[in-house]
Amino acid sequence: MLTCSKLTPMIALASAAVLTMTGCGASTEPSGAGQSESPAAGGSSEALTVYNAQHDSLTQAWADAFTAETGIEVTLRQGSDYELSNQIIAEGEASPADVFLTENSPAMTQVANAGLFAEVNTDIIEQVPAEYRPSTNMWTGIAARSTVFVYNEDAIDESELPESIMDLQNEQWNGRWGASPTGADFQAIVSAMLELEGEEATAQWLAAMKDNAEAYKGNTAVMKAVNAGQIDGGVIYHYYYYGDQAETGENSDNVSLHYFKDQDPGAFVSVSGGGVLASSDQPDQAQQFLTFITGKAGQQVLQDGDSFEYPVASGVAPNEALVPLEELEAPEIDAAKLNSEKVTELMIDAGLL
Amino acid sequence: MLLPAALVTLAALIPLGFVITMTVATGWEEAAYLIFRPRVGELVINTVSLIALTVPLTVMIGVGTAWLVERTNVPGARGWALLLAAPLAVPAYVNSYAWISTIPTLAGVWSGVLISVLSYFPLVYIPAAATLRRLDPAMEQSAASLGLGPWSVFFRVVVPQLRLAVVGGALLVALHLLAEYGAFSMIRFSTFTTALMGQYQSTFNGAAANMLAGVLVLFCLFLLLAESSGRGTAHYARLGSGVAAAPVPAPLGRWRLPAVCALAAVIALALGVPLANIARWLIAGGAEIWTAGPLAGALVQTLGYGLAGATATTALAFPVAWTAVRYPGRLTRILEGTNYVASSMPGIVVALALVTVTISFAQPIYQSAAVVVAAYVLLFLPRALIPLRAGIAQAPPALEEAARVLGKAPLSAFLKVTLRLCAPAAAGGAALVFLGVVNELTATLLLSPSGTWTLATRFWALSGEIDYAGAAPYALLMILLSLPMTYLLYTQSQKAAGR
Repeated sequence: MLTCSKLTPMIALASAAVLTMTGCGASTEPSGAGQSESPAAGGSSEALTVYNAQHDSLTQAWADAFTAETGIEVTLRQGSDYELSNQIIAEGEASPADVFLTENSPAMTQVANAGLFAEVNTDIIEQVPAEYRPSTNMWTGIAARSTVFVYNEDAIDESELPESIMDLQNEQWNGRWGASPTGADFQAIVSAMLELEGEEATAQWLAAMKDNAEAYKGNTAVMKAVNAGQIDGGVIYHYYYYGDQAETGENSDNVSLHYFKDQDPGAFVSVSGGGVLASSDQPDQAQQFLTFITGKAGQQVLQDGDSFEYPVASGVAPNEALVPLEELEAPEIDAAKLNSEKVTELMIDAGLL
Repeated sequence: MLLPAALVTLAALIPLGFVITMTVATGWEEAAYLIFRPRVGELVINTVSLIALTVPLTVMIGVGTAWLVERTNVPGARGWALLLAAPLAVPAYVNSYAWISTIPTLAGVWSGVLISVLSYFPLVYIPAAATLRRLDPAMEQSAASLGLGPWSVFFRVVVPQLRLAVVGGALLVALHLLAEYGAFSMIRFSTFTTALMGQYQSTFNGAAANMLAGVLVLFCLFLLLAESSGRGTAHYARLGSGVAAAPVPAPLGRWRLPAVCALAAVIALALGVPLANIARWLIAGGAEIWTAGPLAGALVQTLGYGLAGATATTALAFPVAWTAVRYPGRLTRILEGTNYVASSMPGIVVALALVTVTISFAQPIYQSAAVVVAAYVLLFLPRALIPLRAGIAQAPPALEEAARVLGKAPLSAFLKVTLRLCAPAAAGGAALVFLGVVNELTATLLLSPSGTWTLATRFWALSGEIDYAGAAPYALLMILLSLPMTYLLYTQSQKAAGR
């Protein structure tokens, strides 16, 4: 039987283990987070926590410039649009997030509908044109990206290119195209299709996609496959091409971009969003960060940097390599109406998720 | 002592409890809609064919190579013996990365089989080699003297005696196949775990993800059941007086060259391809890739988590191992057994469970490093438990009692005698946990605190952007960190075999 004398050392050992666990754990915190003193007004000593679904490199560039200007430290939690939006909803009032940045707007709408955003401040409203923020002002556009059909120049003649993204469900495209269906980018494109073409047409298109298309993980992987001739074309966003061209071009030298234009669902321009959580314990610094991103300096990062996303605020022009936004003939869609839950449901039904 | 053991076991049941609770909460109708759909059927087919193709191949290669290096006069046997264990130091997703950058068109089930076999055959090879070293050749000699040819001796006498090692190794391979995310995601092969991760990224902890987790757990339980019935009831201990003779190496004759070629081919594919590709990308990337990202930070984080995970897991395994050895009985057997079952849950299920549980019931530690370490404890407990159990068994209570009689206080007697005697076993177990933590990807991706990067998660982010050159230093560091642990594992298995 167990005696007290045997139990005591064991309990000591077990509690030592727990202490070690939490102790070691705490010491593995990044040195920048948690302890840094912020000289910002408000006197908060905590780093700003940003749930970031944007590209890590882009938001890191924003965060570094912001910290240099204000001294406020920023910690990024990396994830994808819906992972983080659903996480924020699950966390509710207790969410550690101060700011949420996405690549596409449906995740923003989801958090706004859950009533978890605070209204963005007037500086932001003045900087961002009305078409790039919802009428409620519960979040704001921070950047934009256009849907494109990336195709292999050797495999597809210009005259053969699909006129509409809807044409990809036709038999002639069977086995020839690909996309990244688990990505929020693609799901945003589907939400635009749902809004423009209705549920039945979208479900039909998705069912055809399940049979016709190759599924990749990530837009870069799709473009790489098109470039290597494994598939003839793919549905992605424009900036993957420009980013690769600006570097080595190894994944894009054999491809061209086809813009569907003509208000086609495939001409969808997706607005990346930013919002301040109502539960943030440093709302002023959070608003300050969002003001910085949508301000001249923040938007300039989009023009000069290697992200190749479109600026949407403060009158900053896009990178010269890009086709101007107004030439893209994008369909007019109220971002607040994009229904992400229905899209997930349709994609689960189609067997894509 | 029983209390901490019971508490650890209870905690180990969190993932299972989570899956059951979620299924009940979802309701039968919704659950049936999410489970009985074509996509799940597709995943079942993929997962079953992956296991059905991979496991026999790993057994063939594992046992074949073990026999060559342990029982034949193949040249350089000791060198090969060590090299064959080394692929364990290469995480499967790094292997996948190497292969996909060699053959970009790799996709589908056969590519999955290729990468899995190359990554996991050491899990069969190591126990098979250890058992072969220990087998008394007397039985084989008797069989031969009774007229069996060498092939018949191998299949009718040697192979049956390898049963426990092979079945155990095969179970480990199958569990790894169920849990692996990175390797299959990279080659676009959908299994339950990759689909679950896709669901997580689209819905966080949505109902569809939880139902997939439930099916995945059923698969695990089925495998455990299959393994325990596959063990059989035969006894393999050597009876009779004297010691076992040293095995006589079988002369390969004109098969020596083909045998060496076969071993070289296995090593070239399992070790050569990943190392050559990492080298290629390191050269292509130049000096820049070493400074571009938070490499040093990720290394420090990984070491920190590795140490914390190893310490915590070993310490918490101690009461379970202790009670199992010192107080054998039905309860302690159940406690120990439960831990093995609980730890066979894939990382993604453990992570989903911990996210959901901490978000609702343990807000203060939500997204903290403590939760990550807790996941490692749940995932890797058996790695510490098995060696500790053996170590404690070798520290008889009489020694501690003698120390007490000679005047030591209970605590000091325990610390100075028993704890010191099982320290080597504890260190061995801790090293294995460390190896697991360094290469862990799925749970770390879901649970790490904001702003934390480990070598594995950073490697994953970079290779996801097809920045193969940028990912190479992370792959190299993971392998370098893992190699000493792999060596330790190999030597330990040889020692356990009595040499």
